[in-house]
Amino acid sequence: MSASSVHSLWTTAAPVADKFPTPHIEYAQLSPVLIVLGAAALGVLVEAFLPRRSRYTAQVALAALGLAAAFAAIVALADKGYGTTKAHIAAMGAVAVDGPALFLQGTILLVGFVAIFTFAERRLDPRAHGNQVDSFAAQGSAVPGSDQEKAAVRAGFTSTEVFPLLMFAVGGMLIFPAANDLLTLFVALEVFSLPLYILCALARRNRLMSQEAAVKYFLLGAFSSAFLLFGIALLYGYAGTVSYSGISSVIDGTAPMNPALADTTGNDALLLIGLAMVAMGLLFKVGAVPFHMWTPDVYQGAPTPVTGFMASATKVAAFGALLRLLYVVLPGMRWDWRPVMWGVAILTMLAGAVIAVTQTDVKRLLAYSSIAHAGFILAGVIATTPDGISSVLFYLAAYSFVTLGAFAVVTLVRDAGGEATHLSRWAGLGRRSPLVAAVFAVFLLAFAGIPLTSGFAGKFAVFTAAAQGGAMPLVIVGVISSAIAAFFYIRVIVLMFFSEPKPDGPTVAVPSLMTSTAIAVGVAVTLVLGLAPQYFLDLADKAGIFVR
Amino acid sequence: METLIGLLVAAPLLGAGVLLTGGKRLDRVGHWIGTLLALLSFVFGAVLFTNMLGKDADARTLNSHLFTWVPVDGFQADVGFQLDQLSMTFVLLITGVGTLIHIYSIGYMAHDERRRRFFGYLNLFLAAMLLLVVADNYFLLYAGWEGVGLASYLLIGFWQHKPSAATAAKKAFIVNRVGDIGLSVAIMLMFTTFGSFAFNQVLPQAQQASTTQHATITGIGFMLLLAACGKSAQVPLQSWLGDAMEGPTPVSALIHAATMVTAGVYLITRSGAIFNAAPDAQTAVVTVGAVTLLFGAIVGCAKDDIKKALAGSTMSQIGYMIMAAGLGPIGYVFAIMHLVTHGFFKAGLFLGAGSVMHGMNDEVDMRRYGGLRKYMPVTFVTFGLGYLAIIGFPGLSGFFSKDKIIEAAFAKGGTEGWILGGAALLGAAITAFYMTRVMLMTFFGEKRWQPDAEGHEPHPHESPSSMTIPMIILAFGSVFAGAFFSINDRFLKWLEPVTGHSEGDSPVSAGTVTGATMVCLVVGVGIAWLIYGRRPVPAVAPRGSLATRAARRDLYQDDFNHVVLVRGGEHLTRSLVYLDHSLVDGVVNGTAASVGGLSGRLRKLQNGYVRSYAVSMLGGTAVLVAATLLMRAV
Repeated sequence: MSASSVHSLWTTAAPVADKFPTPHIEYAQLSPVLIVLGAAALGVLVEAFLPRRSRYTAQVALAALGLAAAFAAIVALADKGYGTTKAHIAAMGAVAVDGPALFLQGTILLVGFVAIFTFAERRLDPRAHGNQVDSFAAQGSAVPGSDQEKAAVRAGFTSTEVFPLLMFAVGGMLIFPAANDLLTLFVALEVFSLPLYILCALARRNRLMSQEAAVKYFLLGAFSSAFLLFGIALLYGYAGTVSYSGISSVIDGTAPMNPALADTTGNDALLLIGLAMVAMGLLFKVGAVPFHMWTPDVYQGAPTPVTGFMASATKVAAFGALLRLLYVVLPGMRWDWRPVMWGVAILTMLAGAVIAVTQTDVKRLLAYSSIAHAGFILAGVIATTPDGISSVLFYLAAYSFVTLGAFAVVTLVRDAGGEATHLSRWAGLGRRSPLVAAVFAVFLLAFAGIPLTSGFAGKFAVFTAAAQGGAMPLVIVGVISSAIAAFFYIRVIVLMFFSEPKPDGPTVAVPSLMTSTAIAVGVAVTLVLGLAPQYFLDLADKAGIFVR
Repeated sequence: METLIGLLVAAPLLGAGVLLTGGKRLDRVGHWIGTLLALLSFVFGAVLFTNMLGKDADARTLNSHLFTWVPVDGFQADVGFQLDQLSMTFVLLITGVGTLIHIYSIGYMAHDERRRRFFGYLNLFLAAMLLLVVADNYFLLYAGWEGVGLASYLLIGFWQHKPSAATAAKKAFIVNRVGDIGLSVAIMLMFTTFGSFAFNQVLPQAQQASTTQHATITGIGFMLLLAACGKSAQVPLQSWLGDAMEGPTPVSALIHAATMVTAGVYLITRSGAIFNAAPDAQTAVVTVGAVTLLFGAIVGCAKDDIKKALAGSTMSQIGYMIMAAGLGPIGYVFAIMHLVTHGFFKAGLFLGAGSVMHGMNDEVDMRRYGGLRKYMPVTFVTFGLGYLAIIGFPGLSGFFSKDKIIEAAFAKGGTEGWILGGAALLGAAITAFYMTRVMLMTFFGEKRWQPDAEGHEPHPHESPSSMTIPMIILAFGSVFAGAFFSINDRFLKWLEPVTGHSEGDSPVSAGTVTGATMVCLVVGVGIAWLIYGRRPVPAVAPRGSLATRAARRDLYQDDFNHVVLVRGGEHLTRSLVYLDHSLVDGVVNGTAASVGGLSGRLRKLQNGYVRSYAVSMLGGTAVLVAATLLMRAV
């Protein structure tokens, strides 16, 4: 790359000819992200300077406050009209502040807020040497089974670092769906991915499995990031800019040609290959087939609270980024990417549903279910109508709370070895713990899309949008996959309620107020969005317009 | 006033709710609650009636819109009431007779441990029946229609420990479903044709569109007739009424004699505009009516079970009403008038039969009665007055109302008029015969009592006053209602604004018709006296002629249904079951198995090695890139 092209890389976003401009940052509009990242940084300081005993309380309070404040900032921004009339692009073209961004950021913040409760649960694991412990390793750096680990357990250490890590991840996720140029997109991706890799490795039980999951996630994540980055380079080569609006106007043929890049600008091969690779990077994060294979292994190995958070919040962020990419950068390319995405969506729905049928571990089952759901959401994404956007927004909000709640229930069912995730252990759970089983049944019914749950409202919205967008075959495949999926959801319900309990079966631990709150919120959102979805559909409708 | 219509329905509905959910603690007061609420409903009805009388004949209709039931764009179903003279007549009959029968049931069901539930069902019936007659649209009418069907089912099978009662209830329900399909199809046709369910939308439009939409309107007429056949036990859907006598006798009196079974007559009269516009459907209606009035009468002649004999009679009398309603404006008023007088005397007869059974250890075989007039004087007198009313003894209720129907049948004119009039006269003669037979076998002659299965000798005795008082009141109605209605054409003037009326063109004078009816009456009574009065009645039924045996078996209606419908249905279901097992299950299980198999195979791809995951990602990306490029190339 020549010096001049490097130069133009930094200047095309704001074409001031020769001087490096003073960046203009709208702090107020970026405040949600800034608050979360600030709280994360403070969390690191807490780890460094506070005595071990008081860290837990401080971290939980700090994280909860940070997320709540950020959410309040989102509400304030939306109230001022940034979601609709005053939507614009902040931070020198790097970050969009518009309806979809605010809606998804709000969702992520709420999910993160509820996730804190599951992270902070300290009642489920039996006391280790008289100390209350949570789901996380006593000391992440200690080799599993080593003396060092034993010492850490004996001393009652807990990994309070998970809270700042969670906050960093949330910060990255907030930027991801709002990113308005490819570099910001990439940076945000890494900001939220790296903490997640670490969080995955921090399970207190089955540490080897947890670490294996983390390494797999890291390797494959890095692999996909490489593709994404390469795709970004190709798109830059095509358009001479990384800004979404810039690329979009080159595609439309309305942008002025940058003479320095005349050789490559407008080369469609670069565009198409770059597009495919960037899409691949995002599809990896949402867990679409054939980039889904990390999902079951990682979901199973990661500490369950982390799985719940990851499965819900990551999907929200990644689908938000995908929506923005397809709707803002590539609307002119619709006829190129739609057929390919059709194929991905169909494969994702079918593969997720079919493979889930033979799963025997509840966490893996939920992982495949999340793959199938990624397919359903993709069907809405492909609709390329305003209804498509709003239906996806609604679906993401609905789905993330169901997922969070379901994984929270998984943390409750335990035996001597920790969580009892093998499905055979769940037999007859409804006889022994009717409440827990009933709550889990509600979540399963929502996953299956049974009316009166949020799952139905979401699925209905997405499929309607897809049908109106002319994607009837997708809808048909979606309904067939839903039918297959209903089989394994209902099978779990049957197993819980209509099988004889095993004599040595797992017990349901009584959680503290923390997990109870998380589950209650999950159930409440599931039922409210199922019984009275209209208000939220309207909200998503209003938020469904991207700024360009 | 408008709110009172709602309360009219709400009172018994509340009773049903309270009694059916109240549990055992209400056992001691349940029957009083039920009776009181029925009475309350009657009082509301009476208030509305006096209010209505105070208005001009043309301004008597009360409308009340409660709420929109199904507020879907283009499909508006309302809960609204319309109370005009026709509905008012029914309201008074239903609540009046209903209240009397509630009172009667207090005594009749005194020893039944499920009495509270019985009263709950009775109240449910009242609510549904009232809803049926005050609805201002067909959609809501249908709700009432199904409601009375449910109540009828529950009450026929009230003694569910008896298999015969359970079977009878099922039979009634299933046969009624056939009719209900007719009603629902009719309503759907109305909606697609006229875009509404409301009487005041559908009926005027039907009148206007009689030429343009002729075929559709005729279809609606036939479907309404099918509905009426089911609910009113008309040929060919008559088979359930005889078995329905398995229910407690007050139920037979209220539901299967006085009110519910007349719902078909109400439906046809209410839909008069449709039938007026569809002469073919009208012909079908009179045919059904004429056939049934003879059918029921013939069946009634051969039955030894007192309630089944009365059931045959009910069928026959409703045949008269249906025939009258099928005559169009000539007959509507008289159909309803006969309906009301029949409500009195038939309810009275059933209550009398119940009183007899009450005194005879629940014996129903008339061959084991005989000579009861000395033991049950009140029952004898009230039953006797009902008897005189139904055969049309001059001056009593049936005389006026039936005579008018026979006149109207002749007034139809032409060959049709002669046939219908002849059938009606013949029916009158047979009515006189079988009712005299019932009377003679029960109250006259030698006593033929026999101990029941447990060896208890019956000790016939008069029933308690809670039972006799309603019988006495109904007897008053049986005697005077007809004259009251006919003097100054009172009933005609009352109902004409709603149903319309025309005199028709009778080839014979009214006096001739009355004379002929009298002759028929005397002949019928005379023959019956010759057979059952002069000679002792054999305690065991003689084998009888071919005709008698056929009538005993309800003219082989059940055999016909069994051979044609049940056998045919069984064959159909068997082949469908076979198809289900082999084809449908095969496909379903096959699909499930192949999904499972596919799942198992795909699952192996997930081998846990990062390297193979990475390869699949690489491959996937390559395909993605290639496909994107290919799309452009294509």
